[in-house]
Amino acid sequence: MTSTTTTVNTPRSTLARIIAAGTHQRVLAFASLIVLLIGFSIASPNFMQASNMIAILQATSVNGVLAVAVTLVIITGGIDLSVGTMMTFCAVITGVVLTYAGMPLLLGVVAAIATGALAGSLSGTFVAKMKIPPFIATLGMMLILKGLSLVISGTRPIYFNDTPGFSEISRGSLIGNLIPALPIPNGVLILFIVAALTAYILNRTVLGRYCFALGSNEESVRLSGVNTDRWKIAIYALAGAIVGIAGLLIASRLNSAQPALGLGYELEAIAAVVIGGTSLSGGRGSILGSLIGALIMAVLTNGLRVLSVAQEWQTVVTGAIIILAVYADMMRRKKSN
Amino acid sequence: MLSRRTLVGALSATLALGAAPTVFAQDGETYIPLISKGFQHQFWQAVKQGADQAAEEFGVRITFEGPDNETMVDRQIDMLAAALANNPAAIGFAALDSQAAIPLLKQAADAGIPVIAFDSGVDSDIPASTATTDNVAAASLAADKMAELIGGAGKVAVIAHDQTSRTGIDRRDGFLNQIAAAYPDIEVVSVQYGAGDQLQSTEVAKAILTANPDLNGMFGTNEGSAIGVVNAVREMGSEGITIIGYDSGKAQTDAIRDGLMAGAITQNPVGIGYETVKAAIAAINGEELPAIIDTGFYYYDQSNIDDDEIQAVLYD
Repeated sequence: MTSTTTTVNTPRSTLARIIAAGTHQRVLAFASLIVLLIGFSIASPNFMQASNMIAILQATSVNGVLAVAVTLVIITGGIDLSVGTMMTFCAVITGVVLTYAGMPLLLGVVAAIATGALAGSLSGTFVAKMKIPPFIATLGMMLILKGLSLVISGTRPIYFNDTPGFSEISRGSLIGNLIPALPIPNGVLILFIVAALTAYILNRTVLGRYCFALGSNEESVRLSGVNTDRWKIAIYALAGAIVGIAGLLIASRLNSAQPALGLGYELEAIAAVVIGGTSLSGGRGSILGSLIGALIMAVLTNGLRVLSVAQEWQTVVTGAIIILAVYADMMRRKKSN
Repeated sequence: MLSRRTLVGALSATLALGAAPTVFAQDGETYIPLISKGFQHQFWQAVKQGADQAAEEFGVRITFEGPDNETMVDRQIDMLAAALANNPAAIGFAALDSQAAIPLLKQAADAGIPVIAFDSGVDSDIPASTATTDNVAAASLAADKMAELIGGAGKVAVIAHDQTSRTGIDRRDGFLNQIAAAYPDIEVVSVQYGAGDQLQSTEVAKAILTANPDLNGMFGTNEGSAIGVVNAVREMGSEGITIIGYDSGKAQTDAIRDGLMAGAITQNPVGIGYETVKAAIAAINGEELPAIIDTGFYYYDQSNIDDDEIQAVLYD
């Protein structure tokens, strides 16, 4: 689905080696996922049920889409701390459009994605044009968007009861309608479509190539005559648009835009990206890896719950797994170099 | 490519496993998960303590989980989904947002799993019962205490946490109705809202004190409101104001020990947990349950704050 390329014009043999290394890295993450699934299945007979697998996929959908978005920014060597509250902001704007203004469903969907793209391009402008470090620029955006969500909504949830089709975006099941044995919710379908499209953009288009190039060596890209600022803003905007989709998914799942929600979601998305083998220093990463990372986190959380592990310990185990996953990845990389 | 083949193989193995649902009850034990609104907060830990106590007493297994904070509605839904996967005998649930949980609650109802709501309840007819504080009765006790302390006559004011939530409405009305019904010589000069925020409640209470220099008493309907009243009286240097609060927390218990606050109503979080588990067992056995189970409340002041019974339900 994706390939990990550090630079654009590498000699063939090097490129092949890097692709092979990238594949191994994803196989490692995928193997951990399988090990977790098998481990939990053995530990509890209740874990491996179709309904629980669907619950895990559904729990992955929002974090997965956020992870896909933040992967793009991280590959450029940046970071986006605003994805959680931006998601909420997009959901609130959708609430305003659909519930307060009574507009048709499609406009609500467009509004969420457009709001995300706009907010993303604003972050991108702060980073690219004003040269504010991404950590600070998106920290500022995180707070601005959190505040605006509360202001616009009047600190109360906005419900979508007047738009009956809205909850179908996440809760309905197109696949289930075709194949009744597979009632996979649309939210999960959307996650996979978003991931596939983003992987395509990242690996098959100019935007994707510059995404990796900016993260590897921004200066040399700029010196070769490329307008790096413009491409960077475009990448942040694309990430924002994807966050808008996450906003739709969560609002649809809860049948409401919850204005106070959002803080903390950015860190879980970043954790998923890191578990998936994307480097925080930029230039390297894959969408498939992030998707697997998000799945690992959801499987882990669900599995520990099904095993009735005390909640205090669930948190400890999750933290330990993040460190282990990244350490294993680093060790493997050292060996392959 | 080997890796791709392994990958596809592993994937299909997972799908095959996933497609074959395996349903087992665990050794016939009765399992009751409780999904709460919070976890770290002392109030919820006290609810957990009561639930553990009941679990031990009745020989059932419980788990207690809640999201990190009360905004994480979707995380609570995921917890409910995981709890349902474990084939529970019954579920205890304190909804952060009732609407969001309806599809899963329906799933529980369809599977014949009884749901017991606790604390604030669930806005639906699915729960077999709701274990909660009778906020109206508790606030009416606050009114009685207030009347007793100010001598049955005078002017009082109420600082409520909000005018929309069930607890906000019940506590305000419980107090106001009791004053109107039983104490004709007490006048309620003002009812204001401070969102349960200490600072906002302080400002609101100061405005009331400024407007009514002859005020005799104030009632704060939750921890933040009550502390707001205490702060206002302290900052204004007002004297002779009888303050009655609600819930506990360090600032409030200190104010009571210092004599600045006359006393407060405390809910019984331990009782909420205990009664939830007890009701769940009754529902499993097919017993009829009342729609509301009153988990009790206490009035505490300097005289009884260190009693074991009170200490057990207070939190800092």
